[in-house]
Amino acid sequence: MNSSGYKIFKFVFLAFWASFVVAPFLWALTTSFKTINGVTSGATYIPWVDYEPSLDGWRNVLGSGSQGINVVEPFISSVYVTIGASALSLVLGTFVAYGLSRFKYRAGFIRNGDITFFFISQRIMPPVVLSIPFFLMLQQLGLLDSIFGLILVYIALLMPIAVWVMVDFFNNIPKEIDEMAMLDGCSPLQTFLRVILPNAKPGLVVAGLFCVIFGWNDFFFAFTLTFTETQLLPVAIVSLNSSATPWWSLSASALISIAPLIFVAVLVEKYLDRGNLAGAVK
Amino acid sequence: MSIVAENINLTVDGEAYLRNVSFELPNEDFFIIVGRTKAGKTTLLRLLAGLEEIDSGRLTLDGNDLTKMPPWERKVGMVYQQFINYPHLNNFENIAFPLRRAGLPEDKIAEAVNKVASVLGVEEFLEKLPSELSGGQQQRIALARALVKDSKLLILDEPLVNLDYKLREQLREEFKNIFNDQRERLVIYSTTEPAEAMELNGTVIVMHEGEIIQIGAAEEVYNRPANTRVAEVFNDPPMNLVRGVVEGNRIHFNQDVIMALPDHLQTLAAGRYTFGIRAADINLQPNAYASEVQLGEINGSETILHIKLGDISLVTEQEGVHQYDLGASASVDFDLDQLYIFDNNGDLLFSPAANSSVEKAMQDQEKDN
Repeated sequence: MNSSGYKIFKFVFLAFWASFVVAPFLWALTTSFKTINGVTSGATYIPWVDYEPSLDGWRNVLGSGSQGINVVEPFISSVYVTIGASALSLVLGTFVAYGLSRFKYRAGFIRNGDITFFFISQRIMPPVVLSIPFFLMLQQLGLLDSIFGLILVYIALLMPIAVWVMVDFFNNIPKEIDEMAMLDGCSPLQTFLRVILPNAKPGLVVAGLFCVIFGWNDFFFAFTLTFTETQLLPVAIVSLNSSATPWWSLSASALISIAPLIFVAVLVEKYLDRGNLAGAVK
Repeated sequence: MSIVAENINLTVDGEAYLRNVSFELPNEDFFIIVGRTKAGKTTLLRLLAGLEEIDSGRLTLDGNDLTKMPPWERKVGMVYQQFINYPHLNNFENIAFPLRRAGLPEDKIAEAVNKVASVLGVEEFLEKLPSELSGGQQQRIALARALVKDSKLLILDEPLVNLDYKLREQLREEFKNIFNDQRERLVIYSTTEPAEAMELNGTVIVMHEGEIIQIGAAEEVYNRPANTRVAEVFNDPPMNLVRGVVEGNRIHFNQDVIMALPDHLQTLAAGRYTFGIRAADINLQPNAYASEVQLGEINGSETILHIKLGDISLVTEQEGVHQYDLGASASVDFDLDQLYIFDNNGDLLFSPAANSSVEKAMQDQEKDN
């Protein structure tokens, strides 16, 4: 195949794939500006021509509309839980990963590899297995239906991801750099903070991004561990879907829930490239 | 005032890395550890830096136990064979790093960094990152960082091994000058190459399989290898070691290779010995002993031939480039004036270097017995 033919093929394929990925968002965007009439009259996309745009959907979810289902409060709760759990998971997970990467542990038959696997195995288990233990534990602690309780549960879910990404990353930083830092007068903690962490920035970004995505998107625990006091965004969106589905509000809230992840992705884009390549280049 | 090691042993996963290592190093001198790969050179250096723990034995600095002192308190400068620098800092900050840790004021740091950078010729790279430099330049930055701080001990673990030939020659020459100016601290340098040790002009420590087998001036070790192992390690290609029997003024190397004892060895008592002869002292000569060429390599302007003289395997080194086919025959002779003689324990009996005589060696041996 000659190269221009390949280029055309690549372009067509990418254009097709992009439309495939973008179409649902476009559909949600147009739907969010429709009313019941616009939704039921078939697939229409161009405002003022195909249908009469309305801000009802957005007014509803932002709390000023007649249907009064508000996603602002769940949105803020979700931000607290996601950022809190991700930040703590990243800090704890990074320390754990550095330890596992640099020191040899032995307790009975347990070695470093076993400990790493223990963390990863938390993600292998289906979440439903954990739901009852988590429920009972939070109940004992009086933390059911609270933001703090959810943060604790999410740390258990997100920290393994941080450990997994960071162990791999630290293993790619030569141990001699640690030794050199110590010979240059750094204690082990200073070595970690002053030399290893700055060199692990791309890894931290990747791990943090994974934590934020998984934390933000979780529905299962947000659903099983909250009732009336606290509600997270994924649960709030699903609860819109009552007897008569307000498609315009649903679309608006879906877009609201995607926005922060797009924002984060754009913010860390330049690190993502390097983070993914970090294992290959030294 | 010295670093003293007494019977140090270090075993990792059942493999002995150091065996009964004892030495006394003064605080200011230049030592070169020579040994093959896995001889324990790196382990010994890491031990001195505090990066390795010992199983038994004592290591003291001026009488104080050194084994419990963590590396960040030891004031050791170290250069690895890999080019180790801090990737996130530019070269100025790389060199300044130990000084910042020591809490020096900004103007002192700038002064010290610029001074060492000019000695090593890296001033123009100070604003760049280590990854933007070539291997030789990266190693200069690493050396600058080791030199800049006020260390009592400077360790260089095969610092030139990952550089190309030309750069190696050039840096070696610079190192020689730098280290000879560094006599206020102890410098220890390790290498696999005897020629490097000879050129650097320091005290040589020969290591083999975790043991120190000889300590002495480079020339002394070259001229008087304490035993057959030193003779092998400290010569490249290794010295040929051939067993032989002395009987009736002749040396019988095997049934066919029998040579008359040269004049200076006439007093050698009859018996079994191990004879050592350097590759360069086996000469290609017509009408001598017929050998079969097993392998010929051309190394720069020298030809190294692996030959078989009956059942004796030998390596010869010849000036000039010669082409030999596998299995070709070559007529060789030994330069018996350059013959080393070792007893059956492998210890040196006689060296062809000056101030050595067979009579004295034999007398010494009798005294020992």
